[in-house]
Amino acid sequence: MTDLSRRKLIKTGLAAATGIAGLGVGASLAKKYGLIPPDHAGIWGVGETLNYASYRLLANHSMAREFARSEISSRPLANEIAPPGEAFLKLQAGGFTDWRLAVDGMVDRPGAFSLAQLKSYPSRTQITQLSCEEGWSYVAEWKGVPLSQVLEVAGIRPRARYVVYFSIEPGWWDSIDMGDALHPQTYLAYGMNGGDLPVGNGGPLRMRVPRQLGYKSVKFITRLTVTDDLKKFGKGLGSASPESGYAWYAGV
Amino acid sequence: MQSAPEKPGPGAAPRASTAAQATRHSALVRTTHWITALSVLALLVSGVEILISHPRFYWGENGNVLTPALFQLPIPASRSLVQTGYGYVLPDQNGWSRSLHFQAAWFVVLAGLVYVVAGFVSGHFRKHLLPRGDEASWRALWKSIAVHLRFERPSAAEAWSYNLLQRLSYLVVIFLLFPLVVWTGLAMSPAFTSAFPATVDLLGGRQSARTIHFFVAVLLLLFFLVHVGMVWFAGFRSRMRGMITGRVDGVQENP
Repeated sequence: MTDLSRRKLIKTGLAAATGIAGLGVGASLAKKYGLIPPDHAGIWGVGETLNYASYRLLANHSMAREFARSEISSRPLANEIAPPGEAFLKLQAGGFTDWRLAVDGMVDRPGAFSLAQLKSYPSRTQITQLSCEEGWSYVAEWKGVPLSQVLEVAGIRPRARYVVYFSIEPGWWDSIDMGDALHPQTYLAYGMNGGDLPVGNGGPLRMRVPRQLGYKSVKFITRLTVTDDLKKFGKGLGSASPESGYAWYAGV
Repeated sequence: MQSAPEKPGPGAAPRASTAAQATRHSALVRTTHWITALSVLALLVSGVEILISHPRFYWGENGNVLTPALFQLPIPASRSLVQTGYGYVLPDQNGWSRSLHFQAAWFVVLAGLVYVVAGFVSGHFRKHLLPRGDEASWRALWKSIAVHLRFERPSAAEAWSYNLLQRLSYLVVIFLLFPLVVWTGLAMSPAFTSAFPATVDLLGGRQSARTIHFFVAVLLLLFFLVHVGMVWFAGFRSRMRGMITGRVDGVQENP
């Protein structure tokens, strides 16, 4: 072995060791600051983690673009949905007066809210874009109660880290981190473009997370669970989306 | 894109005659080249998969199947929502395609940043990609185009440097097409645009960004095909050896 190649070997070894140590330190820091998404394992973990971590670092407190009233789309496409189940149809027949939003998990005051109760809190509106992961989009005015308001009434415990939300339709659920849950534009939406939220667009109650793609804005919400551990839900990947191949974090 | 050189300029073949085995491409150029090549291939495949879920394009902020399209590609779709005229719906491949698309995008952006910073620091762009003094004229450009159109084989000297048309197309790809495709891609992200709204507003809206993204991707695909074709034409084995090992023989290869 010549001097040159030995020096090269030592240099390469040192660089590799530094790299591995750096990755280790980086990973534990990322975990500490909540930069790791629940679906970080597997072959797409690198990309999913980089997406989610950079969003937390760059856009943690940013506001989704809001539009002028004149920019509201005249054709707000209600995406295809599976035909509503029996539970939904029964509530629909009763004019949704018996619709309940259950709130449980890491809260001091678990309970259930009727639509009338939700509407009794100060309402907010936002004119934001709904962007589908397929590529299409529309702008609508959404009316609802900020999720943070409901969480405040229920009293979230300090260790809570995620809000899991469930549709009345079985197998349709998702979750967001506390940053998104307490974000002022995250709504439980019950109105659209001046009227009640149409069933096709998620009525009577849908989640609205405008800084992420449409599939995070789950329709027909009936339950919220506040938690510190997403592993307890489904396959532990944070939502139903990763179970069918879609990313948990949908900001891109 | 390799082809016959014009009269070899003073700096065209600095070491070709003397060094039978010398470094044609630096280790950094070779590494970032192959990371980029694999990533772009992944981006093209996954991009097509994402595209077929909605092969309609719009201009401005919004668009969906209820609004008129700027144009629709005459291909089947993976969603029944889109009317295509085909009697079938392709299987949904968007999940892994999107994950692969973004992961590959991270690799290409990081490799690209390393390449561009190193390229400025080392003088790679100035020495190898900027047209040489005697090339900076319309006549030289026309001559280079004519040489390409005649499909003249490159000489041995050209194994050591880039011809004018090649330099210009590399510069366009590195400093125009790649930045534009990354920008328009980010402009479709609701999270990114919440932090940097000007990136999408400047393009005229999310759907404009998507449409531009598509056309730039088509141009990059075109570059990719011509690039591979030219490598084949100029001598596949020697050019591949140059980009993999960094070494080029002084001897002209005629495939």
